[in-house]
Amino acid sequence: MTLVFLILAALTIAGTAAAMGLRNPIHCILALTVGLVGLATLYLELGAQFVGFTQVLVYVGAVAILAVFAIMMTQGGKMDVERRPLPKMSALLAGGSVAGAVFAVFAWAILAAPLGQSTSAQPAASVAEIGQALMHKFVLPLEIMALLLTAALIGAVILAMPQERDK
Amino acid sequence: MSPDTIDQIFVITKHWLLGYVPVGLVPIASAILSVVPVLLAFPLLFAITTVLERKGLGRIQNRYGPNRVGPAGFLQPMADGIKSLTKEDIIPRDADHLVHLLAPIVMVLAAFLAYAVLPIGRNMVITDLNAGVLFFFAIGSMVELAVFMAGWSSRSKYSLLGAMRAVAQMISYEVPLVLASIVIIMASGSLSTVGIVEAQTGFTFGLPHWYVFTPWGFAGFILFMIAATAESNRSPFDLPEGESEIIAGYYIEYSGFKFALFFLGEYLGMFATSGMAITLFLGGWGAPFSFLTWVPSYVWFFVKLLVLICCFIWVRGTLPRLRMDQLMGLAWKFMLPMTLLNLITAGIWHFMPAGILRWIVGTAMVVVPFLLTSRTLKQGKSLQVRTYRYAE
Repeated sequence: MTLVFLILAALTIAGTAAAMGLRNPIHCILALTVGLVGLATLYLELGAQFVGFTQVLVYVGAVAILAVFAIMMTQGGKMDVERRPLPKMSALLAGGSVAGAVFAVFAWAILAAPLGQSTSAQPAASVAEIGQALMHKFVLPLEIMALLLTAALIGAVILAMPQERDK
Repeated sequence: MSPDTIDQIFVITKHWLLGYVPVGLVPIASAILSVVPVLLAFPLLFAITTVLERKGLGRIQNRYGPNRVGPAGFLQPMADGIKSLTKEDIIPRDADHLVHLLAPIVMVLAAFLAYAVLPIGRNMVITDLNAGVLFFFAIGSMVELAVFMAGWSSRSKYSLLGAMRAVAQMISYEVPLVLASIVIIMASGSLSTVGIVEAQTGFTFGLPHWYVFTPWGFAGFILFMIAATAESNRSPFDLPEGESEIIAGYYIEYSGFKFALFFLGEYLGMFATSGMAITLFLGGWGAPFSFLTWVPSYVWFFVKLLVLICCFIWVRGTLPRLRMDQLMGLAWKFMLPMTLLNLITAGIWHFMPAGILRWIVGTAMVVVPFLLTSRTLKQGKSLQVRTYRYAE
């Protein structure tokens, strides 16, 4: 583990931890953005430029903005948030068990993975290779995703259209 | 000195300086030597541009513009800088102090990061990233977050309205901006900015192989520049800071140097997008004629940048501000279909044999949809010179 990795990992964990701990929802989103940027820099450190930049483009440029707008348009836009009461015992138990289960699955997957045992050269995930894979091997999943997203876009436009019967 | 030495003078100087640095510190010293000139040159260009803009707008509006400080008013930016440094920094009592402080910093940071992939001259780029164009647009999306932070943390209705307008506008125009540049990535087969500039080198009959000199490249350039104007919140797309409606938009509650930082960030963003347009469409640092290749490459880059800046000033002085529905209509009903069609045009151009037929088909595929779309959008709207009843 290099020093760079430790700094970036600390940044990512601090950002996500703050996102869970802060009281104001907008502060939570901004802290989460720090965590997401930290994750993107971790990808960059691993040499995956395309994944890292896409992470910033999608999560910081789109998802964070979307979340911020969603919170502001609903009730969470208030600047003063009164102190939340402590959660109930049952809620704590449920949340803790879900978190523990997720952690167990991830830990099992990481421990079972053949980390550091591969002898082959590190696969260079260059942009050109990702493009080749998307356009040849994975072209059908790509097209299905595109269709799904187009349908979602049209659905959003229909939802946002002014309704004629209201006149 | 030979022209090549003058062209590479900055690169040679950097290597000469690196020779005096201990081996262990060479990576850091190299990074510092690459970054510091950019940090100096572009804020200086910002200072020059503010004078040019105020004088240019003044001439367009039949007045002088600043002409008191220094020779012909060209020291005005110094006076402005000292003024903004010495002004009181007012923070609203109910503002969110930390976010209020961070917003201008994030804005300037994102604007400067974009310069990391811009090739300013031959062998003069801070990092030649494999996915440079993607990096540029990813960093550009961070500006939206900074704008939102500024508008929300000020806790003022006008700030919030301005931020909402700005973010909605930037998200809408990011789509045509990226789609307009995809044609270049298709044509050059590279996401690296250096690779794209190299794909445009070479001359035919003394004219360069710039992408702007193809039908789809020309359409892409115009669409890119319109989207870039909207992305940098400049007139005629300056609704987020429409004075008559919401005073100054998301940075009303900023004063002193923080306001200057927003100003700087906005102009740096404009230069960066113009630099990207130069890289993608105007051949980067390449000379416009084959007999002018002896002029250093960085001179060409800055000449092209200044020409684009003058176009921005000209547009600002000429066009009236759009309305919100006109703004969104332009983005989604005109720009988006045109950029999508441009992708198909570029594909057909790529697979047709070179010749006059390719030019005819390419030009028709740009001009006919443009005429059809604009005519369809104009239908049912009576456009005429506005008559004023009270103000004459």
